[in-house]
Amino acid sequence: MRALAAFLAARLVRALIAVWLVSTVVFVVMRLSGDPVPLLLPADAPRSEYARVARELGTDRPLPVQYAVFLGHVVRGDFGRSIHFREPAMRVAIGYLPATVELGLTAFALAVLVAVPVGVVSAVRRNTAVDHAAMAVALVGQSAPTFFLGILFILLLSLKAGLLPTSGRGDWTHLVLPAMTLGAFSMASIARLTRSALLEVLRQDYVRTARAKGLREWRVVVKHAFRNAAVPVLTITGLQLGTLLGASVVTETVFAWPGLGRLAIHSIYNRDYPIVQCVVFLSALVFIVINFVIDLTYGLLDPRIRPR
Amino acid sequence: MASSIPVSVPADAPPADAARGGRVAQRTRRLVAAGAAFVVLLALVAATAPWLAPHDPVRQSLRARLTAPTLEAADGRAHPLGTDHLGRDVLSRTIFGARVSLVIGFAAVAVGSAVGAALGILAGYRGGWTDTVIMTIADAQLAFPFVLLAIGIIGVLGPSFPTLVVVIGLSGWVDYARVLRSQVLVLRSREFVDAIHALGGAVPRIVGRHILPNVLSTLVVIATLQLARAIVLEATLSFLGLGIQPPTPSWGGMIQEGREYLDSAWWISIFPGCLLLLTSLVVSRSGDWLRDLLDPTLRSE
Repeated sequence: MRALAAFLAARLVRALIAVWLVSTVVFVVMRLSGDPVPLLLPADAPRSEYARVARELGTDRPLPVQYAVFLGHVVRGDFGRSIHFREPAMRVAIGYLPATVELGLTAFALAVLVAVPVGVVSAVRRNTAVDHAAMAVALVGQSAPTFFLGILFILLLSLKAGLLPTSGRGDWTHLVLPAMTLGAFSMASIARLTRSALLEVLRQDYVRTARAKGLREWRVVVKHAFRNAAVPVLTITGLQLGTLLGASVVTETVFAWPGLGRLAIHSIYNRDYPIVQCVVFLSALVFIVINFVIDLTYGLLDPRIRPR
Repeated sequence: MASSIPVSVPADAPPADAARGGRVAQRTRRLVAAGAAFVVLLALVAATAPWLAPHDPVRQSLRARLTAPTLEAADGRAHPLGTDHLGRDVLSRTIFGARVSLVIGFAAVAVGSAVGAALGILAGYRGGWTDTVIMTIADAQLAFPFVLLAIGIIGVLGPSFPTLVVVIGLSGWVDYARVLRSQVLVLRSREFVDAIHALGGAVPRIVGRHILPNVLSTLVVIATLQLARAIVLEATLSFLGLGIQPPTPSWGGMIQEGREYLDSAWWISIFPGCLLLLTSLVVSRSGDWLRDLLDPTLRSE
């Protein structure tokens, strides 16, 4: 129990440091981008007006004070009001979160459901045509830029074959192409890892024993080998969930999917910085929470850290 | 320990296995050479773009808008890969686009490897709280989606060449730092480093003359893998409108421009996209092969 508590405490500290670093980078970048006051004032505004706005925004105070005030706001989830939506940035961003979560989870489920069986088949049928074909596709999937994959899917499956809608959010057919695009990288990585983890395990003595006992091959693979190959697969799979979040900016832009990523890009074009800050921070937070939960489950799965 | 056995092959390995290992290494060497040849060829194309490209990449021609790929010369000019919505030659733009990809890719790798190697060696060599601070920052960077932060930073600061190089470069420093740190930790405890210390060797000299040459092959492997990543990240940023700005042609920017015409003029996006995909695939595979060849201990799939 103490080992688990210590492990989780260390991970929690790491997560908090990550959140703090993200906030600091956001603060530094916002300061580097210049004085925000002139952006909010007409060009011929009097000096008194400038001073009033600067006081309102707090930019007339020394930098360390501004930094402290900023951190205080971050803790409360206050990133100021959106210039475009005229609402608190956090409220706007939260409104776009469900679409991103829906897309991310679908892509993730698709990736795991396809990749794990493919990886298992590839390992069991090692060095056959099936294995070579699957791994060749996985290699391309791992190095293909997400946005170009999306464009290729739109061209081939939507415009040429007319099977699926090109963009937007609606019924489930709208979800297929974006989820395939977003999930492709994870799918490729998980398939390759499942294959190599399983190959590693299939070489072990206890697998030979299981075979020698006369167990059927599928039983050996599923019950004896796969269970032991699952731990590294689970670790990388969890990490993929976080990576999906970053990649969804690109996917959402390609498919006009109304989620956080597209909101971020639009806000950059509109110079709506409170939203940009808020989305970056919110995504980092989600990512960090996911990682923390993975560490937690990993800690529970690994007998060396598991509480007794 | 087993210093009486001069070969690296385990003594009890059957000779057939050793021969097979040799053949595999031979094959890997050929693959690395092919990958390197591809990159050199691409670099040559980029360097000689003004002479190689059949047309001016930014010259517009309203009469030749959205011409399909053809070897026949319309208005006295052939467009083997077609033209875009402004009548610009796609082949010439793709050739010039290689410049942006390679220059930013290599520059970013230079920044990332310099920062990552320096911090990794520092962390490994100094240890103590220098190590703790550097590795905490590295862990923190891995703990959130840096691409999103990169997009935010470039969005706010504006997409200039130095900003792109620094942001793309710094997005990869952690990989170098982590691997080099662990290698330096091992090297530092070896007798020869102690011996140089005892002989009065200065630390920068030990690092430069004895540590760096030992970690160089690792550095090359990571840099190759990072080059593929940097090229894809640059193209992604250009696609989002946050990379090198038009009219300078870049692959990501071309794919973005052709998106609206995908139904009627697929060639605008697809040709630069396929070259980008090929480059990414070849460079990252070369990194894998190079790793197998130079440093099998780094293997992690």
